Amino acid sequence: MSESLVEINAVSKIYKRGAERLTVLDKLSLSVPRGDFVALMGPSGSGKTTLLNLIGGIDRPDGGSIVVSDRRIDKLSDRALAHWRSRHVGFVFQMFNLLPVLTAERNVELPLLLTGMNGRQRRERARTALSLVGLQDRFTHKPAQLSGGQEQRVGIARAIVTDPEILLCDEPTGDLDRQSGDEVLDLLVALNESQGKTIIMVTHDPVAAERAKRIVHLDKGRLSSVSEAAA
Amino acid sequence: MRFLNWLGQIASVTGMNLRNVPARPGSTIVALLGIAGVVAVLVAVLSISAGFKSTMATTGAEDAAIVIRAGSTSELSSGLSADSVNIIAQAPGVAAGDNGPLSSAELFVIVDAPKRGSGTDANVPFRGVSRGGFEVRDHFRLTDGRLFEPGLREVIVGQGAAREFANLEVGSTVSWGRNEWTVVGHFEDGGSLAESEIWTDVRVLQDAYNRGNSFQSVRVKLESPEALQVFADALTSDARLEVTVERESEFYADQAGVLASVIESIGWVVTGMMGLGAVFAAILTMYASVSSRTVEIATLRALGFGRFPIVVSVLAEALVLGVLGGAVGGIVAYIGFNGYQASTLNWASFSQVTFAFLVTPALLVTGVIYALIMGLVGGLIPSWRAARQPITTALREL
Repeated sequence: MSESLVEINAVSKIYKRGAERLTVLDKLSLSVPRGDFVALMGPSGSGKTTLLNLIGGIDRPDGGSIVVSDRRIDKLSDRALAHWRSRHVGFVFQMFNLLPVLTAERNVELPLLLTGMNGRQRRERARTALSLVGLQDRFTHKPAQLSGGQEQRVGIARAIVTDPEILLCDEPTGDLDRQSGDEVLDLLVALNESQGKTIIMVTHDPVAAERAKRIVHLDKGRLSSVSEAAA
Repeated sequence: MRFLNWLGQIASVTGMNLRNVPARPGSTIVALLGIAGVVAVLVAVLSISAGFKSTMATTGAEDAAIVIRAGSTSELSSGLSADSVNIIAQAPGVAAGDNGPLSSAELFVIVDAPKRGSGTDANVPFRGVSRGGFEVRDHFRLTDGRLFEPGLREVIVGQGAAREFANLEVGSTVSWGRNEWTVVGHFEDGGSLAESEIWTDVRVLQDAYNRGNSFQSVRVKLESPEALQVFADALTSDARLEVTVERESEFYADQAGVLASVIESIGWVVTGMMGLGAVFAAILTMYASVSSRTVEIATLRALGFGRFPIVVSVLAEALVLGVLGGAVGGIVAYIGFNGYQASTLNWASFSQVTFAFLVTPALLVTGVIYALIMGLVGGLIPSWRAARQPITTALREL
């Protein structure tokens, strides 16, 4: 394993609801080396998704620091953070979050609109990403015309199309049947192994977690254990 | 580069928003019809004012002048003696015709006539004109019948009055005061105010209404538009006269001003209130539009799209809604009201003036601009909400 890509140091996240304070992450520290494939597990409310959101820069901690690829992201402005996300992170969502009015190709092309590429370059890149996830014959299909597994593969193609260093997957198989889920996990493993993508995946599913290299257990906002996956 | 990047983001998100519109036909149609209704009413009301002003503007010529008693603001309150009329006709600057100076001493009274639609009586201008009365008006033309015979109780009727009021067909007889009058002709005058009037020989009118040898105004044809100054100077410096001289076009523009302003004010007040309703409809539509895409917008922001393109794209959708509503409203107003014949009270003469509603290109542009403002105001709050909502909160709204 090479040097650390993600350094989380004593990160806290507290939600306030009136006078009530709910500590979701409690001074949690975690290091994720470049090229790792980490599964985040734990009961509901343990802080898995919050941690993923903090690493992805779509939420901010109330304490501690988050460094990703040598950049402290918790101090960036909203605009700088948005720009950083577009360059360094690929998100894969449980419900795929595809735009229903756009074709698979257009959905994958979306993150490239934030780059300086022209239309032809964007389309080529989007098609390459779709081919990489095995959807070379589904460019012009809209999400409603695809199966759940195919939709998630479009979501993965969208996540990798800008060639980010890190993929953040929030229950990527949570809305899929076992076979489709396995195909998606195969794809993530391949991206990790052949392309060296660092992957952090939130999951409730022990079978899915076993496909990762490491399993990090969270409980009540704290790290409870870290184990090597059996695979 | 950053600007182009922004434009790209705005264009793509706006395109996505617009493609989503058919998914919300109900609320979109409500907002569109709301805006269209307001614009249709606005354009229709303003077309009344535009039509009225157009009629008044057509009335006055640049190379004609009207003379009334000093201090009078209209013909109705004016009075001129026969001597004054003769001096005015002989003044420098007045164009000469085959029969001498081109001038017309005129008398103006008001008679009742029943409106065709309602049957209610309305004030109609009854004008006595001199022999030169036809020559000082360039666009005068008989459309039916013949001219009245001097000395006889015969009248000719402007085509606007003939259209608006009953019993003014050629050949019919009408009773005004203690006299019977025969309608012998109809005329047009280039769409001017004169088309709302009934004319007879000024001497006959003086006799019928016991006006002795007095008049109320003198119209003259000037040698040129520039001759007004010479003409006016001559009259105002003549110790025998106490008169006001005005270019005919300016005289009628002044008369149109007050009523046109009132109509316009009413139009803006009414449509202002209606517009408020339409703005709320637009706000609700845009809220529905934004809330149905909360996750999509949050996803875009998670991918790195900025707040500004999101705000602009939602506003752009609202503006498109506004333009479409404005266009529909403008078309409805044009089809329904352009050319619609009506009459109203001319406050300067306390008599009816007939005119046609006029939906001008400028009014259509005004309507569309108003619709855009409604769309903009309607889209502002929802777009701001869309951009401000925390990404993590929005992503959970599935």
